[in-house]
Amino acid sequence: MRLRGLLRKESLQILRDPSSIAIAFVMPVVLLLLFGYGVSLDAKNVPLAVVVEQPSADTASLEAGFAYSNYFAPRHFASIQEAQGALERREVDGIVWLRADFARRLASTGNAPIGVIVNGVNANQARLVQGYVQGVWIGWLEQRARNRGEELRQPVRLEQRIWFNAEVRSTNYLVPGLIAVIMTLIGALLTALVVAREWERGTMEALMATPVRMRELLIGKLVPYFILGMGGMLLSVAMGLWLFRVPLAGSFWVLVLASALFMSATLAMGLLISVVTRNQFVAGQVAIIVTFLPAFILSGFIFEIRSMPWIIQWITHLVPARYFVAILQSLFLAGDVWPVVLPNAAALLLFAAVLFALVRLRTAAKRLE
Amino acid sequence: MGAIIFALARKEFLALLKDKRSRFVIVVPPFVQLLVFSFAASFDLNNVPFAVYNEDRSAASRALVARFEGSPHFNLVQRIDADGGITPAIDRRDVLMVLHIGPQFSEQLLLGRTAPAQIIIDGRNSNTALIVLNYARSIVTDFSQDWAREHGWPLSPAVVSTRAWFNPNLESRWFIVPGIVGLLTLVVSLLVTALSVAREREAGSFDQLLVTPLRPTAILLGKALPGIIIGIVEASLIIAIAVYGFGVPLRGDLLALYVGLSLFLLSSIGIGLMISSLAATQQQALLGAFLFLVPAVILSGFATPIANMPRAVQLITYLDPLRYFLVVIRGVFLEGSTVDALLHQYWPMAIIGVSTLSFAAWLFRHRMY
Repeated sequence: MRLRGLLRKESLQILRDPSSIAIAFVMPVVLLLLFGYGVSLDAKNVPLAVVVEQPSADTASLEAGFAYSNYFAPRHFASIQEAQGALERREVDGIVWLRADFARRLASTGNAPIGVIVNGVNANQARLVQGYVQGVWIGWLEQRARNRGEELRQPVRLEQRIWFNAEVRSTNYLVPGLIAVIMTLIGALLTALVVAREWERGTMEALMATPVRMRELLIGKLVPYFILGMGGMLLSVAMGLWLFRVPLAGSFWVLVLASALFMSATLAMGLLISVVTRNQFVAGQVAIIVTFLPAFILSGFIFEIRSMPWIIQWITHLVPARYFVAILQSLFLAGDVWPVVLPNAAALLLFAAVLFALVRLRTAAKRLE
Repeated sequence: MGAIIFALARKEFLALLKDKRSRFVIVVPPFVQLLVFSFAASFDLNNVPFAVYNEDRSAASRALVARFEGSPHFNLVQRIDADGGITPAIDRRDVLMVLHIGPQFSEQLLLGRTAPAQIIIDGRNSNTALIVLNYARSIVTDFSQDWAREHGWPLSPAVVSTRAWFNPNLESRWFIVPGIVGLLTLVVSLLVTALSVAREREAGSFDQLLVTPLRPTAILLGKALPGIIIGIVEASLIIAIAVYGFGVPLRGDLLALYVGLSLFLLSSIGIGLMISSLAATQQQALLGAFLFLVPAVILSGFATPIANMPRAVQLITYLDPLRYFLVVIRGVFLEGSTVDALLHQYWPMAIIGVSTLSFAAWLFRHRMY
């Protein structure tokens, strides 16, 4: 009965404060749109300078290979100096340079060099561009051999299969990862701020002075925000599936269940922050620093955890988003892979339990002050 | 006038640094984040766990596997001896890649025919998959060329020879660490300023400030100074750590860097103060700062290139001061840029700074509660 009253009070408080609703529903939409459209690691139409010092049929077909590739937007430059100037001014990201003796060496000795210069400032992009250049090169060699009625003689040919995401579309893994980032924001930031405000204004003490138990108080606070957060999650999933066309290979209910676990862990984290800081200013900053940035960088959402130094890998185990991102990427792209889902779900459960216990400990101790 | 502004700035400083917790939040997290994120945020992969399914078991296939084992990028963790072993190894994320060599590999090679080698990559993170593919492709290409030379095969008609400017070994840390300098400077300067007006509004002391003989410009300067000073000091420390701790080369002109840093701080503090004066409460101010911060980071080109974004989103990035500062700092660090090469990055930040600051000053008197 008391609990129901509290739930009603908290729900009304959310409904009447438009900023909470804004965090739960407007923010996911804005963030998903921004990320979904704004974040892409797939380089398309990379501006590329092409310098051909002595045109021939072979250089023309190689150039056509670059022009027909989706990855490049080639531009002609008369000399290598001009092309290098354009590279320095960041007008092009790379140069393909066919020297005057290209055709001669192609016909006689072989190993005619195709000079490639890339701007290495963005190392990741540069590496991808190198890969695309190699692709064009191999395709051109094969085409050329076929046109001459020969077979390209190379000892080993690499056949590649990329599972779960055959067209290597980065949206397919970024959007699921984003759901984790967005839920972290809703859960931790919202609860941290709201509850810290109650401490700051003294309304928390007023509530404590009533016969309401601490446990009821906490549940009353959490349930409405839990519902709000899950609403934001469903909205994000719907947008991911229908707007960004990300496939959901696994089952929906596993997704909901895993999200509920993750939501509990982040809510507990927000609550813990607010209980420890009891100040909106500090709570807000701590929430940003310990939740959003780690969820972005240490969760495996963009950067591969397995390549981090072992100390950092160890730290990532303290970031709940890490487990959720692993679950999400498997659920969306690979299916219900239980060996991935179960251990990560267990970790989330453990996280939620430990954090709630810490909250209880803090509030029990503080009550005596 | 000068003395009054100084007194106001001093008061702001004290308000920020007097409280132990807010002092901690301003000083400690940026450095911890610099360390953790600089080590974590890398697109370079090393020790990628992979499995081998070698049906051939000849000297040739073993030599190819040895090339993978010897590469710092790969780490052999599993040997598979039946077709059925591939799926579970990838599904469970035990390995990121399986190298499959068919039973006729060496037979084909010795007959002088092209032998296929197959790789299967986990595409759940498509960027990682592409990088792994590039590493594998270059190992196989090297093996193939060496085999051709040693066994008297004809040379390949043409080869690609690549050079990377500014970052010859394509270390993505050189790209990320300067980016983190920009990111942390933005976070710190926003946090310092976003709450400064809102806190006084909430406490009612802002009205008192407005009825003093201080002009809005003076109040503005007093509020902006601490942010600029804290921002410059912290950014300088972080830059020093980037150079001496992480060994990122600083090739350009410090003057160019500091002109950019000052203008960047001007714009980020302008945005912080604008948010702060728009907000009625601290909570709104924090949320506002946050709602600015997240898209500002994502759309800045910090992790993903702006050129990959759709046209409309690219237009939005022109409003993001971090976008310009990242070009400045990466330009100065890696490309050795000077002041005149960066003019096109400076003036948009100046415009953003001046317009947001004047808007904030106007809001001081026109937004009363």
